[in-house]
Amino acid sequence: MSQNLLEVHNVKKYFPLQRKLFSKKQDYVKAVDGVSFAVKEGETLSIVGESGCGKSTTGRVLMKLLEATEGKIIFEGKDITHLNDDEIRPYRKEFQMVFQDPYASLNPRLTVKEIIEEPLIVHNFEKEKRAERIAELLEVVGLNKYHADRYPHEFSGGQRQRIGIARALAVHPKLIIADEPVSALDVSIQSQILNLLKDLQEQYKLTYVFIAHDLSVVEHISDRVGVMYLGRLVELADRDELFQGPLHPYTKALLSAVPIPDPTLKRERILLKGDIPSPANPPSGCTFHTRCPFAQSLCKEQVPEFKELRDGHFVACHYAEELQKE
Amino acid sequence: MVEIKLSKKEAYMQMTSEQMKTRTPFSEFWRKFKKQKLAFISFFLVLFLMILAVVGPFIAPYDIAEPDYENVLSGPSAKHWAGTDAYGRDIFSRIIAGTQISLFVGLSSVLLGAVGGTVLGLLAGYYGKWIDRIIMRICDVLLAFPGILLAIGIIAILGPGLGNVIVAVAIFSIPVFARIVRSSTLAVKSTLYVEATKSIGAQPRRIIWKHIFPGTISSIIVYFTMRIGSAILTAASLSFLGLGAQPPSPEWGAMLSGGRDYLNIAPHVTLFPGLAIFFTVLVFNLLGDGLRDALDPKIKD
Repeated sequence: MSQNLLEVHNVKKYFPLQRKLFSKKQDYVKAVDGVSFAVKEGETLSIVGESGCGKSTTGRVLMKLLEATEGKIIFEGKDITHLNDDEIRPYRKEFQMVFQDPYASLNPRLTVKEIIEEPLIVHNFEKEKRAERIAELLEVVGLNKYHADRYPHEFSGGQRQRIGIARALAVHPKLIIADEPVSALDVSIQSQILNLLKDLQEQYKLTYVFIAHDLSVVEHISDRVGVMYLGRLVELADRDELFQGPLHPYTKALLSAVPIPDPTLKRERILLKGDIPSPANPPSGCTFHTRCPFAQSLCKEQVPEFKELRDGHFVACHYAEELQKE
Repeated sequence: MVEIKLSKKEAYMQMTSEQMKTRTPFSEFWRKFKKQKLAFISFFLVLFLMILAVVGPFIAPYDIAEPDYENVLSGPSAKHWAGTDAYGRDIFSRIIAGTQISLFVGLSSVLLGAVGGTVLGLLAGYYGKWIDRIIMRICDVLLAFPGILLAIGIIAILGPGLGNVIVAVAIFSIPVFARIVRSSTLAVKSTLYVEATKSIGAQPRRIIWKHIFPGTISSIIVYFTMRIGSAILTAASLSFLGLGAQPPSPEWGAMLSGGRDYLNIAPHVTLFPGLAIFFTVLVFNLLGDGLRDALDPKIKD
């Protein structure tokens, strides 16, 4: 059993809304509303969900780009939730981020060399060895040494994402938070980047938190998968367990929407009614009850506990066991 | 055969390296700028004015301070291209010599204002919250005064003189620069690459200087150029009112002021310094306009 590299305890992130005139009540958008999970060393944990369910916000809170409203983030046994910018700096070396949009995440005014050099400068890497390290990193992510003096706009989306990955790897991090690293890329490029990430994981013993909405991508890369809905984790399990035997009705609906490249295969599609509710005014009880085909009166009243139903398989549903029997 | 292959490869290499050169941000800007005909001409005229400012006193055909009482208030002629003033001094020579003063006042006051305004704008935009509120409210107060009135007020406190004109013009340039830089700072601050830099753990100082300041520099350059025109105008106005450069000095505003009494009998005494001011301000404004179009990333070709 490997150790937990990152533990997240009941993390919440509320964004205050503009207060209405004469209104005393402060409203919040509950982007992340009590998320708990742990990431083991060397594994890939994916977080999936619809747009607006809070998965990117979770990533940013983990990266300490946003301050958590509540909860605890524990990295290598140390609580980093409330460290200020100066205190967190040494830890930043250990976890880095790969961003969704490779067109916006690289400063267009800097050359590739300057972009990759930045983390090395910030973390006081020896000056003489920087050029060597940059060349090495470019090689590792499948680019060439002579790319170093070019500007980001001279590269394709896939190449840019490789630059972003090289920047993230520069200071030998242990954990990489990848916020939809392939969703902005062409499908043909996606698999290249995913395989690169897998290779790098093996080579450098990296741990990934992989945020995505594409289930086929997730199935390809993850060890464990967490499903988010309206700021909460509804299910968390090993990949195979989750894909073969989903327990939460939302997960079932999601999985039934994954296209299968076989026209003869018929299966039951679970169609969800309505839209995802507003996180500013989430439904009472189980937030999924407005769209759940199995909703009972209990679901409206009580928030289901996120409990371990089987070994390592967590689910937040009052009726998960009964639904399983059916 | 081998040689040919090699040279082909070399040619290819050179081509790619040349293509790389042509695609740097600066060359991109230069390419766009050259298409702005009017601004491109203005650029050379500004350059010409700068050179004139340096060599002016040496190439002026007459001594700028030497009175010639036989040629008082004579109109333009082959001998005196722009005529002479009430003391018989050659106006053309005085305008050439005055270029130095006007450009120096314009450039240095706007430079001071730009530096001050940029620092304040970066701080206000990056840190936000109370720093932003305090800086921007002070700027609002300064902006509420008409420029020339504020300048007169500052001169009234500091006393007349060219040095104080520079300070006065600089002070009322600060709030405008602060606003412009603040708004660009807010825009750049919210970009993903700044967030990426934060996630690396970079200090605010590094983020501001390496990422945000370069992002605001194009709007600073544009406004800087445009502001020089109005700074020269304000400085000339203050000298005209007797608050800036004092009479024997060939400052254009002071020359206007000196010619005012002879407007009916010798209009050329005010006309030529006036034209010099007009021309200089126009050239700087046209240049600023062209720079704005060339530096705007939204305008492609």
